[in-house]
Amino acid sequence: MASSDDGIQARRRSAMAVLAHSVTSDIAERLEAVALPSHADLREAENGLVMVRGRVGGDGGPFNLGEATLSRAAVRLSSGEIGFGYVLGRDKVKARMIALCDALIQAHDHAEAVETQVVAPLRAAMIARCTQRAAEAAATRVEFFTMVRGEG
Amino acid sequence: MKVAELPTGFADKVLAAQSTFRSVMEAMARPGSVQQITASVGTPAPMMHGAAAIALTLFDHDTPIWLDDPMAAAAPVARWLKFHTAAPVIADPSICQFALIGDGSALPGLDRFCFGSNEYPDRSTTLILQVESLTEGPGYVLRGPGIDGTATLRAIISPENLFERLSVNATLFPRGIDVVLVHDDAIVAIPRSTRLIGKEG
Repeated sequence: MASSDDGIQARRRSAMAVLAHSVTSDIAERLEAVALPSHADLREAENGLVMVRGRVGGDGGPFNLGEATLSRAAVRLSSGEIGFGYVLGRDKVKARMIALCDALIQAHDHAEAVETQVVAPLRAAMIARCTQRAAEAAATRVEFFTMVRGEG
Repeated sequence: MKVAELPTGFADKVLAAQSTFRSVMEAMARPGSVQQITASVGTPAPMMHGAAAIALTLFDHDTPIWLDDPMAAAAPVARWLKFHTAAPVIADPSICQFALIGDGSALPGLDRFCFGSNEYPDRSTTLILQVESLTEGPGYVLRGPGIDGTATLRAIISPENLFERLSVNATLFPRGIDVVLVHDDAIVAIPRSTRLIGKEG
């Protein structure tokens, strides 16, 4: 039981990493193709502020960096699974869709469909975006050669 | 996380909270009059619809809540309050801002709640008391600010001696306890300035 819970948590985490970086319209487009079970808004999407904390030098003492806007939502499927969505910014639609995806991933009957039809294509697109940007940056790389001293 | 019994909050948070606040305000302004709560809201048993709407409207992280035994025994109530309002549920009624009473027959003595101070009489406890009926039963004749002459409230209230207990409000004023009676989606407020002057039937 514990290992299957861990599996679900890992799947939720990796799905969130993808969805949070995806564009709202892309998620909506993919989600349209999935047959959705009946669901209700447990917490209607809302905007608010969160305190962002940082650490000096990455591992030093924590300090409050500043506040950031955030949207959050919670969706409950009729079968009882609850999904949560938190995104930076003020995109309520995105927060709600992420919450819905999070709930679907936990539902045994829908996890597969969401993974293959929503998360996987978005993940591929995200990786493609990253590699393209990395390639563009790599093309402008300048190699510095220093003259070897002490010869001749 | 799988919590099948966690009911939803307000369907439309802003408008629902505004209309519920308006109903509570009207009820407080016209003691003894029955006001309706129209907002749609999920209700964890044994909370009634009106009590749930009031909870989502008035409770927040700054308002300690006390639950009576039937409310505290139902795990979904505390969980639902925490999820939707973030209000702390406390065990000591003497420092609570609101007390949710599911079964009035076991209502503890009013002196166990907070009466506020003379400097801050607003820091007293407001009782949210679920009752059997607000349309039939014995008539309570009320008088006080907000009532033109007298008003008659027909209700089946438990505990039956609620108004006798509330007579401490007369001696404590401006300190005292405010009460909101709830039955399903009907509410009646008995603020601390309202007095019972007679009973019918």
